[in-house]
Amino acid sequence: MKKTHLHQAHLDAGAKMVDFGGWDMPINYGSQIEEHHAVRQDKGMFDVSHMTIVDLVGPESEKFLLKILANDVRKLGDGKALYSTMLNESGGIIDDLITYKRADNNYRIVVNAGTREKDLAWFEKQINAFDASITERPKVAMLAVQGPHAIEACLEVLPSDISKKLASLKKFSCLDETDYFIGRTGYTGEDGVEILVPQELVIELWNKLLQADVKPCGLGARDTLRLEAGMHLYGQDMNEEITPLECGLGWTVRKEDFNFIGADALSTQRDKGITKKMIGVVLGERGILRHNQELVDENGLTGIITSGSFSPSAQVAIGMAIVDKNMGENVKVKIRKKELNVKCIKLPFVRNGKVLI
Amino acid sequence: MSYVPDNFKYVESHEWIEVLDNGNVRIGITEHAQNALGDIVFVELPEEDTYAIGDECGVVESVKTASDIYTPLTGTVVAVNDALEDAPELINENPYDDGWIFEMSIDDANELKDLMTAEEYRNSIEDEE
Repeated sequence: MKKTHLHQAHLDAGAKMVDFGGWDMPINYGSQIEEHHAVRQDKGMFDVSHMTIVDLVGPESEKFLLKILANDVRKLGDGKALYSTMLNESGGIIDDLITYKRADNNYRIVVNAGTREKDLAWFEKQINAFDASITERPKVAMLAVQGPHAIEACLEVLPSDISKKLASLKKFSCLDETDYFIGRTGYTGEDGVEILVPQELVIELWNKLLQADVKPCGLGARDTLRLEAGMHLYGQDMNEEITPLECGLGWTVRKEDFNFIGADALSTQRDKGITKKMIGVVLGERGILRHNQELVDENGLTGIITSGSFSPSAQVAIGMAIVDKNMGENVKVKIRKKELNVKCIKLPFVRNGKVLI
Repeated sequence: MSYVPDNFKYVESHEWIEVLDNGNVRIGITEHAQNALGDIVFVELPEEDTYAIGDECGVVESVKTASDIYTPLTGTVVAVNDALEDAPELINENPYDDGWIFEMSIDDANELKDLMTAEEYRNSIEDEE
Protein backbone atom coordinates (compact mmCIF):
# COMPACT_ATOMS: atom_id res chain seq x y z
CA MET A 1 0.00 0.00 0.00
CA LYS A 2 1.12 3.56 -0.67
CA LYS A 3 2.25 5.66 2.28
CA THR A 4 2.54 9.41 2.69
CA HIS A 5 5.70 10.97 4.10
CA LEU A 6 3.86 11.33 7.44
CA HIS A 7 3.00 7.63 7.79
CA GLN A 8 5.24 7.05 10.81
CA ALA A 9 4.06 10.31 12.39
CA HIS A 10 0.50 9.01 12.18
CA LEU A 11 1.43 5.75 13.88
CA ASP A 12 3.31 7.69 16.55
CA ALA A 13 0.16 9.77 17.15
CA GLY A 14 -1.86 6.59 17.71
CA ALA A 15 -3.63 6.50 14.37
CA LYS A 16 -5.89 3.70 13.30
CA MET A 17 -5.00 3.18 9.65
CA VAL A 18 -7.26 2.09 6.79
CA ASP A 19 -6.88 1.42 3.09
CA PHE A 20 -8.11 4.54 1.34
CA GLY A 21 -7.90 4.05 -2.41
CA GLY A 22 -4.63 2.17 -2.11
CA TRP A 23 -3.17 4.54 0.50
CA ASP A 24 -2.59 3.53 4.11
CA MET A 25 -4.24 6.52 5.79
CA PRO A 26 -5.43 7.45 9.30
CA ILE A 27 -9.19 7.04 9.81
CA ASN A 28 -8.91 8.41 13.35
CA TYR A 29 -6.46 8.79 16.22
CA GLY A 30 -8.85 7.47 18.86
CA SER A 31 -12.13 9.34 18.61
CA GLN A 32 -13.46 10.66 15.32
CA ILE A 33 -16.03 12.75 17.19
CA GLU A 34 -13.42 14.52 19.32
CA GLU A 35 -11.43 15.28 16.19
CA HIS A 36 -14.56 16.65 14.54
CA HIS A 37 -15.25 18.97 17.49
CA ALA A 38 -11.62 20.10 17.57
CA VAL A 39 -11.96 21.43 14.03
CA ARG A 40 -15.37 23.03 14.60
CA GLN A 41 -14.35 24.69 17.85
CA ASP A 42 -10.58 25.08 17.76
CA LYS A 43 -8.08 23.57 15.31
CA GLY A 44 -7.13 20.30 13.72
CA MET A 45 -4.90 19.02 10.94
CA PHE A 46 -5.27 16.41 8.24
CA ASP A 47 -2.57 14.81 6.16
CA VAL A 48 -3.98 14.97 2.66
CA SER A 49 -0.73 14.22 0.88
CA HIS A 50 -2.46 11.36 -0.91
CA MET A 51 -4.27 13.89 -3.07
CA THR A 52 -2.91 14.42 -6.55
CA ILE A 53 -1.17 17.71 -7.24
CA VAL A 54 -0.37 18.76 -10.79
CA ASP A 55 1.18 21.91 -12.23
CA LEU A 56 0.06 23.30 -15.56
CA VAL A 57 2.20 25.72 -17.57
CA GLY A 58 2.50 26.92 -21.16
CA PRO A 59 1.00 29.71 -23.27
CA GLU A 60 -2.31 27.92 -23.80
CA SER A 61 -2.86 26.79 -20.21
CA GLU A 62 -5.87 29.06 -19.73
CA LYS A 63 -7.39 27.91 -23.00
CA PHE A 64 -6.90 24.30 -21.94
CA LEU A 65 -8.65 24.89 -18.62
CA LEU A 66 -11.52 26.66 -20.36
CA LYS A 67 -11.95 23.51 -22.42
CA ILE A 68 -11.79 20.91 -19.63
CA LEU A 69 -13.42 22.78 -16.73
CA ALA A 70 -17.07 23.78 -16.44
CA ASN A 71 -16.20 26.82 -14.31
CA ASP A 72 -14.48 29.93 -15.64
CA VAL A 73 -10.77 30.28 -14.82
CA ARG A 74 -10.79 33.74 -16.39
CA LYS A 75 -12.46 34.93 -13.18
CA LEU A 76 -9.24 34.19 -11.33
CA GLY A 77 -6.75 36.86 -10.44
CA ASP A 78 -3.21 35.76 -9.63
CA GLY A 79 -3.15 33.89 -6.34
CA LYS A 80 -6.83 32.93 -6.43
CA ALA A 81 -8.48 29.52 -6.17
CA LEU A 82 -11.47 28.14 -8.05
CA TYR A 83 -13.62 25.06 -7.43
CA SER A 84 -14.84 23.32 -10.57
CA THR A 85 -16.09 20.10 -12.03
CA MET A 86 -14.45 18.42 -15.01
CA LEU A 87 -17.01 16.79 -17.30
CA ASN A 88 -17.10 14.11 -19.95
CA GLU A 89 -18.86 14.65 -23.28
CA SER A 90 -22.17 13.54 -21.73
CA GLY A 91 -21.92 16.13 -18.98
CA GLY A 92 -21.12 13.50 -16.35
CA ILE A 93 -18.61 14.48 -13.69
CA ILE A 94 -15.13 12.97 -14.13
CA ASP A 95 -13.91 14.71 -10.99
CA ASP A 96 -14.18 17.88 -8.93
CA LEU A 97 -11.02 19.85 -8.33
CA ILE A 98 -9.43 23.05 -7.11
CA THR A 99 -7.40 25.21 -9.48
CA TYR A 100 -5.04 27.85 -8.10
CA LYS A 101 -3.86 30.54 -10.50
CA ARG A 102 -0.19 31.27 -9.77
CA ALA A 103 0.34 33.67 -12.69
CA ASP A 104 -0.87 34.02 -16.28
CA ASN A 105 -0.87 30.55 -17.83
CA ASN A 106 0.58 29.03 -14.67
CA TYR A 107 -1.75 26.97 -12.53
CA ARG A 108 -1.64 24.39 -9.73
CA ILE A 109 -4.47 21.86 -9.68
CA VAL A 110 -5.44 19.48 -6.86
CA VAL A 111 -7.55 16.47 -7.80
CA ASN A 112 -8.88 13.52 -5.81
CA ALA A 113 -6.59 10.62 -4.95
CA GLY A 114 -9.21 8.05 -5.93
CA THR A 115 -9.53 9.44 -9.45
CA ARG A 116 -5.82 10.08 -10.08
CA GLU A 117 -5.32 7.64 -12.97
CA LYS A 118 -8.40 8.59 -14.96
CA ASP A 119 -7.85 12.32 -14.35
CA LEU A 120 -4.24 12.19 -15.51
CA ALA A 121 -5.27 10.14 -18.55
CA TRP A 122 -7.99 12.69 -19.35
CA PHE A 123 -5.53 15.59 -18.99
CA GLU A 124 -3.07 13.80 -21.30
CA LYS A 125 -5.75 13.13 -23.89
CA GLN A 126 -7.11 16.67 -23.94
CA ILE A 127 -3.87 18.61 -23.64
CA ASN A 128 -2.51 17.42 -27.00
CA ALA A 129 -4.45 20.13 -28.81
CA PHE A 130 -2.90 22.87 -26.67
CA ASP A 131 0.52 24.41 -26.21
CA ALA A 132 0.67 23.58 -22.51
CA SER A 133 2.10 20.86 -20.31
CA ILE A 134 1.10 19.09 -17.11
CA THR A 135 3.51 17.80 -14.48
CA GLU A 136 2.50 15.76 -11.45
CA ARG A 137 4.10 16.71 -8.12
CA PRO A 138 4.17 13.47 -6.13
CA LYS A 139 6.86 14.79 -3.77
CA VAL A 140 4.79 17.69 -2.55
CA ALA A 141 3.08 16.94 0.77
CA MET A 142 -0.19 18.56 1.74
CA LEU A 143 -1.52 19.38 5.20
CA ALA A 144 -4.97 20.85 5.79
CA VAL A 145 -5.02 22.90 9.00
CA GLN A 146 -8.62 23.79 9.75
CA GLY A 147 -10.72 25.41 12.44
CA PRO A 148 -11.47 28.85 13.89
CA HIS A 149 -8.00 28.98 15.49
CA ALA A 150 -6.10 27.14 12.75
CA ILE A 151 -4.52 30.16 11.13
CA GLU A 152 -3.28 31.51 14.48
CA ALA A 153 -1.43 28.25 15.02
CA CYS A 154 0.07 28.40 11.54
CA LEU A 155 1.25 31.98 12.11
CA GLU A 156 3.02 30.72 15.22
CA VAL A 157 4.91 27.87 13.59
CA LEU A 158 5.66 28.98 10.03
CA PRO A 159 8.86 30.91 9.16
CA SER A 160 8.35 34.58 9.99
CA ASP A 161 8.45 35.87 6.40
CA ILE A 162 5.74 33.36 5.44
CA SER A 163 3.67 34.16 8.54
CA LYS A 164 3.68 37.85 7.74
CA LYS A 165 2.18 37.19 4.36
CA LEU A 166 -0.23 34.55 5.62
CA ALA A 167 -1.65 37.01 8.15
CA SER A 168 -3.21 39.02 5.33
CA LEU A 169 -4.15 36.13 3.01
CA LYS A 170 -7.78 36.34 1.95
CA LYS A 171 -10.23 33.47 1.73
CA PHE A 172 -9.94 31.38 -1.43
CA SER A 173 -6.54 32.90 -2.15
CA CYS A 174 -3.10 31.36 -2.11
CA LEU A 175 0.37 32.34 -1.05
CA ASP A 176 3.01 31.11 -3.47
CA GLU A 177 6.46 31.25 -1.93
CA THR A 178 9.55 29.07 -2.33
CA ASP A 179 8.83 25.83 -0.46
CA TYR A 180 5.47 27.07 0.88
CA PHE A 181 2.32 27.07 -1.19
CA ILE A 182 -0.58 27.93 1.10
CA GLY A 183 -4.22 28.15 0.06
CA ARG A 184 -6.84 29.61 2.40
CA THR A 185 -9.10 26.79 1.34
CA GLY A 186 -10.43 23.61 2.87
CA TYR A 187 -13.04 20.92 3.04
CA THR A 188 -14.55 21.40 6.49
CA GLY A 189 -16.74 24.52 6.41
CA GLU A 190 -14.34 26.23 8.79
CA ASP A 191 -11.64 28.79 8.20
CA GLY A 192 -8.18 27.38 7.65
CA VAL A 193 -5.46 26.65 5.17
CA GLU A 194 -4.10 23.90 3.01
CA ILE A 195 -0.31 23.93 3.10
CA LEU A 196 1.71 22.36 0.32
CA VAL A 197 5.41 21.85 1.04
CA PRO A 198 8.22 19.68 -0.31
CA GLN A 199 7.86 16.39 1.56
CA GLU A 200 11.25 16.86 3.29
CA LEU A 201 9.71 19.75 5.23
CA VAL A 202 6.42 18.18 6.22
CA ILE A 203 7.47 16.15 9.25
CA GLU A 204 8.98 19.18 10.96
CA LEU A 205 5.87 21.21 10.12
CA TRP A 206 3.62 18.46 11.50
CA ASN A 207 5.63 18.30 14.73
CA LYS A 208 5.54 22.07 15.21
CA LEU A 209 1.79 22.12 14.66
CA LEU A 210 1.44 19.29 17.20
CA GLN A 211 3.38 21.40 19.69
CA ALA A 212 1.02 24.28 18.94
CA ASP A 213 -1.87 22.01 20.07
CA VAL A 214 -3.24 21.35 16.62
CA LYS A 215 -5.10 18.05 16.90
CA PRO A 216 -4.31 15.34 14.34
CA CYS A 217 -7.56 14.40 12.60
CA GLY A 218 -8.32 11.42 10.41
CA LEU A 219 -10.33 10.85 7.29
CA GLY A 220 -13.36 9.94 9.43
CA ALA A 221 -13.65 13.44 10.86
CA ARG A 222 -12.86 14.91 7.46
CA ASP A 223 -15.94 13.14 6.12
CA THR A 224 -18.39 14.27 8.83
CA LEU A 225 -17.02 17.83 8.66
CA ARG A 226 -17.45 18.11 4.90
CA LEU A 227 -20.89 16.49 5.08
CA GLU A 228 -22.08 19.01 7.67
CA ALA A 229 -20.67 21.73 5.44
CA GLY A 230 -22.70 20.35 2.52
CA MET A 231 -19.58 19.73 0.46
CA HIS A 232 -19.70 17.01 -2.17
CA LEU A 233 -17.60 13.86 -2.07
CA TYR A 234 -16.64 12.47 -5.44
CA GLY A 235 -17.90 8.92 -5.99
CA GLN A 236 -20.79 9.39 -3.57
CA ASP A 237 -22.50 12.72 -4.22
CA MET A 238 -21.42 12.84 -7.85
CA ASN A 239 -20.05 10.54 -10.51
CA GLU A 240 -19.88 10.16 -14.27
CA GLU A 241 -23.61 9.41 -14.49
CA ILE A 242 -24.65 12.71 -12.88
CA THR A 243 -24.26 16.23 -14.26
CA PRO A 244 -23.46 19.22 -12.04
CA LEU A 245 -26.96 20.56 -12.77
CA GLU A 246 -28.52 17.54 -11.06
CA CYS A 247 -26.45 17.50 -7.89
CA GLY A 248 -26.44 21.06 -6.62
CA LEU A 249 -23.32 22.19 -8.46
CA GLY A 250 -25.03 24.37 -11.07
CA TRP A 251 -23.40 27.39 -9.40
CA THR A 252 -19.98 26.13 -10.51
CA VAL A 253 -20.98 25.99 -14.20
CA ARG A 254 -20.10 29.11 -16.18
CA LYS A 255 -22.68 30.94 -18.24
CA GLU A 256 -20.51 32.66 -20.87
CA ASP A 257 -18.57 30.84 -23.57
CA PHE A 258 -20.49 27.68 -23.05
CA ASN A 259 -18.02 25.59 -25.02
CA PHE A 260 -16.26 23.39 -22.46
CA ILE A 261 -16.38 19.62 -22.77
CA GLY A 262 -19.86 18.53 -21.69
CA ALA A 263 -21.47 21.92 -22.34
CA ASP A 264 -23.64 20.64 -25.19
CA ALA A 265 -24.98 17.85 -23.01
CA LEU A 266 -25.80 20.35 -20.25
CA SER A 267 -27.62 22.59 -22.76
CA THR A 268 -29.68 19.66 -23.96
CA GLN A 269 -30.44 18.70 -20.39
CA ARG A 270 -31.55 22.25 -19.59
CA ASP A 271 -33.79 22.35 -22.66
CA LYS A 272 -35.47 19.12 -21.68
CA GLY A 273 -35.74 20.21 -18.07
CA ILE A 274 -33.62 19.17 -15.10
CA THR A 275 -35.39 16.38 -13.23
CA LYS A 276 -33.26 16.05 -10.10
CA LYS A 277 -31.87 18.25 -7.38
CA MET A 278 -29.57 17.98 -4.38
CA ILE A 279 -31.03 18.64 -0.92
CA GLY A 280 -30.08 18.11 2.69
CA VAL A 281 -32.09 15.74 4.87
CA VAL A 282 -32.29 15.53 8.64
CA LEU A 283 -33.65 12.42 10.33
CA GLY A 284 -36.53 13.33 12.61
CA GLU A 285 -36.26 10.10 14.61
CA ARG A 286 -33.58 7.94 16.12
CA GLY A 287 -31.29 6.21 13.64
CA ILE A 288 -28.53 6.99 11.16
CA LEU A 289 -28.78 8.04 7.53
CA ARG A 290 -26.43 6.26 5.12
CA HIS A 291 -25.32 6.31 1.50
CA ASN A 292 -27.86 4.62 -0.80
CA GLN A 293 -30.90 4.70 1.49
CA GLU A 294 -34.09 5.45 -0.43
CA LEU A 295 -36.36 8.43 0.08
CA VAL A 296 -40.02 8.65 -0.91
CA ASP A 297 -42.54 11.47 -0.50
CA GLU A 298 -46.33 11.50 -0.10
CA ASN A 299 -46.84 11.42 -3.89
CA GLY A 300 -44.43 8.56 -4.49
CA LEU A 301 -41.62 10.76 -5.79
CA THR A 302 -38.27 9.27 -4.89
CA GLY A 303 -34.68 10.12 -4.14
CA ILE A 304 -31.52 8.58 -2.81
CA ILE A 305 -29.18 9.53 0.00
CA THR A 306 -25.74 10.05 -1.48
CA SER A 307 -23.89 10.74 1.80
CA GLY A 308 -25.23 10.15 5.28
CA SER A 309 -23.88 9.99 8.80
CA PHE A 310 -24.34 11.15 12.33
CA SER A 311 -23.65 14.86 12.69
CA PRO A 312 -21.46 15.39 15.76
CA SER A 313 -22.24 19.12 15.71
CA ALA A 314 -26.04 18.85 15.41
CA GLN A 315 -26.29 15.51 17.27
CA VAL A 316 -28.71 14.08 14.70
CA ALA A 317 -28.41 12.00 11.57
CA ILE A 318 -27.96 14.07 8.40
CA GLY A 319 -27.57 13.34 4.73
CA MET A 320 -27.13 14.82 1.31
CA ALA A 321 -29.62 13.43 -1.19
CA ILE A 322 -30.34 13.60 -4.91
CA VAL A 323 -34.12 13.68 -5.26
CA ASP A 324 -36.87 14.34 -7.78
CA LYS A 325 -37.00 18.06 -8.53
CA ASN A 326 -40.64 18.16 -7.34
CA MET A 327 -40.08 16.25 -4.10
CA GLY A 328 -42.65 17.29 -1.49
CA GLU A 329 -42.37 18.15 2.17
CA ASN A 330 -43.44 14.87 3.73
CA VAL A 331 -40.53 12.60 3.02
CA LYS A 332 -39.69 9.23 4.50
CA VAL A 333 -36.46 7.28 4.42
CA LYS A 334 -36.32 3.49 4.28
CA ILE A 335 -33.93 2.17 6.89
CA ARG A 336 -33.92 -1.62 7.03
CA LYS A 337 -37.57 -2.57 7.66
CA LYS A 338 -38.71 0.84 8.85
CA GLU A 339 -39.84 4.05 7.18
CA LEU A 340 -38.79 7.09 9.20
CA ASN A 341 -39.57 10.79 8.73
CA VAL A 342 -36.92 13.15 7.41
CA LYS A 343 -36.93 16.91 7.16
CA CYS A 344 -35.71 18.39 3.88
CA ILE A 345 -33.45 21.43 4.14
CA LYS A 346 -31.22 23.61 2.05
CA LEU A 347 -27.52 22.81 2.42
CA PRO A 348 -25.33 23.28 4.42
CA PHE A 349 -26.08 21.93 7.88
CA VAL A 350 -23.21 23.74 9.62
CA ARG A 351 -20.99 26.64 8.59
CA ASN A 352 -18.28 28.44 10.54
CA GLY A 353 -19.07 26.62 13.74
CA LYS A 354 -22.81 27.36 13.65
CA VAL A 355 -25.47 24.68 13.35
CA LEU A 356 -28.02 25.93 10.81
CA ILE A 357 -30.70 23.25 11.16
CA MET B 1 -4.37 -6.46 22.33
CA SER B 2 -8.00 -5.86 23.26
CA TYR B 3 -9.22 -6.99 26.66
CA VAL B 4 -11.10 -10.30 26.55
CA PRO B 5 -12.54 -11.36 29.96
CA ASP B 6 -11.78 -14.99 30.83
CA ASN B 7 -15.19 -15.78 32.29
CA PHE B 8 -17.23 -14.91 29.18
CA LYS B 9 -17.95 -16.89 26.01
CA TYR B 10 -17.64 -15.50 22.48
CA VAL B 11 -18.77 -15.91 18.90
CA GLU B 12 -17.03 -15.06 15.62
CA SER B 13 -19.34 -12.13 14.99
CA HIS B 14 -17.73 -10.47 18.04
CA GLU B 15 -20.54 -10.78 20.58
CA TRP B 16 -19.67 -11.79 24.15
CA ILE B 17 -21.96 -13.99 26.26
CA GLU B 18 -22.07 -13.94 30.03
CA VAL B 19 -24.02 -16.72 31.78
CA LEU B 20 -25.97 -15.15 34.65
CA ASP B 21 -26.80 -16.88 37.96
CA ASN B 22 -30.40 -17.49 36.89
CA GLY B 23 -29.30 -19.34 33.74
CA ASN B 24 -30.12 -16.47 31.40
CA VAL B 25 -27.37 -14.98 29.27
CA ARG B 26 -26.31 -11.37 28.84
CA ILE B 27 -24.89 -10.29 25.48
CA GLY B 28 -22.86 -7.40 24.17
CA ILE B 29 -20.08 -6.72 21.68
CA THR B 30 -16.39 -7.11 22.48
CA GLU B 31 -13.83 -4.43 23.04
CA HIS B 32 -12.24 -5.47 19.78
CA ALA B 33 -15.55 -4.93 17.97
CA GLN B 34 -16.28 -1.51 19.48
CA ASN B 35 -12.75 -0.44 18.72
CA ALA B 36 -13.11 -1.46 15.09
CA LEU B 37 -16.42 0.41 14.82
CA GLY B 38 -15.22 3.64 16.39
CA ASP B 39 -17.52 6.16 18.09
CA ILE B 40 -20.90 4.48 18.50
CA VAL B 41 -23.83 6.85 17.99
CA PHE B 42 -26.92 4.65 17.69
CA VAL B 43 -28.12 1.24 18.84
CA GLU B 44 -31.23 -0.45 17.53
CA LEU B 45 -32.08 -2.77 20.39
CA PRO B 46 -33.61 -6.24 19.82
CA GLU B 47 -37.36 -6.73 20.08
CA GLU B 48 -38.41 -8.91 22.99
CA ASP B 49 -39.10 -11.96 20.82
CA THR B 50 -37.81 -15.48 20.09
CA TYR B 51 -34.70 -15.99 17.98
CA ALA B 52 -32.56 -18.78 16.54
CA ILE B 53 -28.77 -18.87 16.50
CA GLY B 54 -27.37 -16.33 14.06
CA ASP B 55 -30.56 -14.26 13.66
CA GLU B 56 -30.07 -10.55 13.12
CA CYS B 57 -31.69 -8.96 16.13
CA GLY B 58 -30.36 -5.42 16.26
CA VAL B 59 -27.82 -2.94 14.92
CA VAL B 60 -24.94 -0.99 16.37
CA GLU B 61 -24.03 2.10 14.35
CA SER B 62 -20.88 4.14 14.67
CA VAL B 63 -20.22 7.40 12.86
CA LYS B 64 -18.41 5.31 10.30
CA THR B 65 -20.61 2.29 9.71
CA ALA B 66 -23.50 0.03 10.75
CA SER B 67 -22.93 -3.44 12.16
CA ASP B 68 -25.62 -6.06 12.76
CA ILE B 69 -25.98 -7.79 16.10
CA TYR B 70 -26.69 -11.52 15.96
CA THR B 71 -28.22 -13.78 18.58
CA PRO B 72 -25.51 -16.26 19.54
CA LEU B 73 -27.98 -18.77 21.04
CA THR B 74 -31.55 -19.97 20.56
CA GLY B 75 -34.05 -18.42 22.94
CA THR B 76 -36.11 -15.41 23.88
CA VAL B 77 -34.94 -11.85 24.45
CA VAL B 78 -36.16 -10.96 27.95
CA ALA B 79 -34.42 -7.64 28.59
CA VAL B 80 -32.62 -4.90 26.67
CA ASN B 81 -30.27 -2.17 27.90
CA ASP B 82 -32.48 0.91 27.52
CA ALA B 83 -29.64 3.14 28.70
CA LEU B 84 -28.04 2.70 25.28
CA GLU B 85 -30.86 4.66 23.66
CA ASP B 86 -29.59 7.88 25.14
CA ALA B 87 -25.98 6.86 25.72
CA PRO B 88 -24.82 4.51 22.95
CA GLU B 89 -21.25 5.51 23.76
CA LEU B 90 -21.47 3.23 26.82
CA ILE B 91 -20.51 0.44 24.42
CA ASN B 92 -17.25 2.24 23.63
CA GLU B 93 -16.56 3.12 27.24
CA ASN B 94 -17.44 -0.15 28.92
CA PRO B 95 -18.31 -2.88 26.41
CA TYR B 96 -18.41 -5.73 28.95
CA ASP B 97 -20.41 -4.00 31.65
CA ASP B 98 -22.57 -0.85 31.23
CA GLY B 99 -22.44 -1.42 27.49
CA TRP B 100 -24.33 -4.73 27.54
CA ILE B 101 -27.03 -4.90 24.89
CA PHE B 102 -29.62 -7.59 25.73
CA GLU B 103 -30.46 -10.65 27.83
CA MET B 104 -31.95 -13.93 26.63
CA SER B 105 -33.49 -16.93 28.30
CA ILE B 106 -32.01 -19.81 26.35
CA ASP B 107 -33.77 -22.94 25.09
CA ASP B 108 -30.86 -25.34 25.21
CA ALA B 109 -27.92 -24.95 27.59
CA ASN B 110 -25.97 -27.45 25.47
CA GLU B 111 -25.51 -24.74 22.86
CA LEU B 112 -23.19 -22.97 25.29
CA LYS B 113 -20.58 -25.67 24.66
CA ASP B 114 -20.23 -24.61 21.03
CA LEU B 115 -19.27 -21.02 21.92
CA MET B 116 -15.65 -19.89 21.86
CA THR B 117 -13.67 -19.60 25.06
CA ALA B 118 -11.80 -16.39 25.83
CA GLU B 119 -8.59 -17.96 24.63
CA GLU B 120 -10.12 -19.15 21.38
CA TYR B 121 -11.56 -15.70 20.75
CA ARG B 122 -8.22 -14.04 21.50
CA ASN B 123 -6.57 -16.27 18.93
CA SER B 124 -9.27 -15.52 16.39
CA ILE B 125 -8.75 -11.75 16.56
CA GLU B 126 -4.98 -11.87 16.88
CA ASP B 127 -4.40 -11.37 13.16
CA GLU B 128 -6.67 -8.35 13.02
CA GLU B 129 -4.93 -6.47 15.82
